[in-house]
Amino acid sequence: MHPAFSVIFLTTLIGVGQGMFLALFTGQSYAAAQFLPAQDSSGFYAAGSLIALSFLVSGLLASFFHLGHPERAWRAAAMWRTSWLSREVIVLPIVMLFVFVYGAMHFMGWDAVIATTGTGVTFHASLLAGALGSLAVFLLFLCTAMIYASIRFLQEWSSPLTVINYLLLGTASGFTLATAFSHEAAPDLTPFYGTWAIIITVAAFISRSASLIRNSQLKYKSTLRSAIGVRHSQIVQMAQGAMGGSYNTREYFHGKKAMFLQSVKWIFMALVFVAPVLLLMAGMQNNNIIVLTGAFVVQYTGLLLERWLFFAQARHPQNIYYQTV
Amino acid sequence: MTQLALVIDLNVCVGCHACVTSCKEWNTSGPAGFMSDDNPYGKNPTGTFFNRVQTYEVGCFPNTETIHFPKSCLHCEDAPCVPVCPTGASYKRESDGIVLVDYDKCIGCKYCSWACPFGAREFDEHQKVMKKCTLCVDRIYDTSLPESERKPACVLACPTSARLFGDVHDPQSQVSVAIREQGGYALMPEWGTNPSNHYLPRRKTRLHIHEDELVRADNPLKKEQRKPSAPVTEPTLDDSTSW
Ligand code: SF4
Ligand code: SF4
Ligand code: SF4
Repeated sequence: MHPAFSVIFLTTLIGVGQGMFLALFTGQSYAAAQFLPAQDSSGFYAAGSLIALSFLVSGLLASFFHLGHPERAWRAAAMWRTSWLSREVIVLPIVMLFVFVYGAMHFMGWDAVIATTGTGVTFHASLLAGALGSLAVFLLFLCTAMIYASIRFLQEWSSPLTVINYLLLGTASGFTLATAFSHEAAPDLTPFYGTWAIIITVAAFISRSASLIRNSQLKYKSTLRSAIGVRHSQIVQMAQGAMGGSYNTREYFHGKKAMFLQSVKWIFMALVFVAPVLLLMAGMQNNNIIVLTGAFVVQYTGLLLERWLFFAQARHPQNIYYQTV
Repeated sequence: MTQLALVIDLNVCVGCHACVTSCKEWNTSGPAGFMSDDNPYGKNPTGTFFNRVQTYEVGCFPNTETIHFPKSCLHCEDAPCVPVCPTGASYKRESDGIVLVDYDKCIGCKYCSWACPFGAREFDEHQKVMKKCTLCVDRIYDTSLPESERKPACVLACPTSARLFGDVHDPQSQVSVAIREQGGYALMPEWGTNPSNHYLPRRKTRLHIHEDELVRADNPLKKEQRKPSAPVTEPTLDDSTSW
C-alpha cells in the first residue's frame, strides 16, 4: 500500500494521546490504592489531560487531510454496525470527551468522594471518569487496529497481532511521554512511569517483532493464475490498461526498493525500542529531563517510520493485476 | 432475487478497448458528472475509468497465446467493499444486486477501495469521491430507449460480442447458460466474495481426424475402379493447340 501521511500521523498521534491518558489514570488508581503518593490535581492530572487531549486533537486534524470531502465527515458515523472505520469515528470523540471531562474535574476540583472502603481507601468521582475513559481508550485502540485487521485479504494486517501492536505501541509512547511529563509535574512518579514505559516498550518489541516475522513468512493466497483464471505457470503481463498510471498503480504501491524497506525496518526497531529504553534508563538514573524528553521524541519519530512500514509492507492482491509497476 | 452481471468471453475478446471508450463516453456524460482526466493528450495521460482492458501473454514462444482481459467491478454477491464504508455511500441494491456509490455521500476515505481485492474501484482525483462500474444503471432501465438498447454501453459497443449482460440468478438467462455450458469462472475465488461477473475461458475447437478416416484401406469403391492410365510420353493435343 502507499503510506498516506495523514493516516500515519492520525494513528501515531492518537496513540500517544491514548497512552498518556492511560498513564494518568494508572497513576491515579495506584495513588487511590495508596501505592503511590497522591498528586496535585490541576498541576498533574489536569495538565496531563490537556497534553493527552492536544495529541488526540492533532490526530483528528491529521485525519481530515485524508478525506476527499472532509466537510461530509459527520456522515462517517452512520454505518457503525458494519464498519470499523465508522466505529472509530464515533469512539474518538468519546475518548476526547472523557479526557476533557477527566481533566476538567481535576482542574475545577469537582472531585467528590463517592465511596470509602473500610481501610480508608477513597474513591473519587474523577476515578470513575478515568475508568470509563480508559475503557473508551481501549475501544479506540481496537477500532483503529480493526480497520486494518478486518480486511482479510491484506494478509499482513489480517492478524490479532495488528490489534496488539496498536495497543502496545500507542501505550508505550504515551507512558514514555508521561515519564518526561512527570519529571516536571510529579517527580516522585518518574521511576513509576519510566519503569512501566520500559516494560510496555519491551512487550511492544516482542509483538511487533512477531508480526514482522509473520509477514516475512506469509504465503499469499492469490496468484496471477487465480487473478485472471488462466492455469499456466508462465504468464507475462503485456499491458496494464493505462498509459500514465492509474489510481491502481498509485494507491497500492509505495514505489520504494526492498532495500529501503529493510532499512526503515531496522531504523524503526532502533528508534522505537532500543533507544527509548536506554534513554529512559539513563534519564531516570541522572534525573535528566532532556534525556527523558529525548526518549519520547526518538520513540515518536520511530513510530512514524514504523507506521510507514506497516502500510508499505502490506501487499494488496490487486497488485497482481499490475505486474510491471 | 435478481443479480445482474456481465459475462466476458476471453475466447472472443480481441482487446480493441471499445468497451473502455464507450464506458467512459457514456458515464462521463451521465447525470453523475464527468470522470476526470489529467493530461488526456499529453505524455502520461491518466484518469478515472470504470473498465480497463489488460493484456497477458501466456506460455513460452512458440507456444504463446495472447489473452486480453477486460476488468471492471464484478458486483460481488458478498461484496467486501460495502460493509466497510463508514457513510453508507457504498451500497448493494437489493432489487438487482448492482453495487453502487452515492457520490453525494462519499467522503473520499478510500477505505472501500482497500477492501476490494480486485482493484475495481478508482478514486476520482478531481471530484474526490470513489467511483466504479455502475453496470450502466442509468441505461438498462431507461424506457425511453428501445428494448434492445437497454444494455450497458460496453456490451453494446463490443464488436465481437465478447460481453454478455443478464441476470446470473435466472438459470435460463443467456449469461447463466453461457456460464454453465462454456466453463464460466469467477476471479480470485479464494476470497469468497462470490463475484457475479464471470469469465469464459479460452477454448480451442479441435477437429480430430484419424488417418483411416482420410484413406480407407478397405474402400469398396476402389475394387472396381479403373486403374489410372500410364503416364503419356508422346505430345498430346494440348501441346499443339491453343484454345
Ligand atoms: S469487484 Fe470490488 S468493488 Fe466490485 S463488488 Fe466486488 S469487491 Fe466491490
Ligand atoms: S471512499 Fe466513499 S464509498 Fe468508499 S468507503 Fe469511503 S465514504 Fe464509502
Ligand atoms: S457496465 Fe457500464 S459502467 Fe460498467 S464497465 Fe460496462 S459501460 Fe462501464
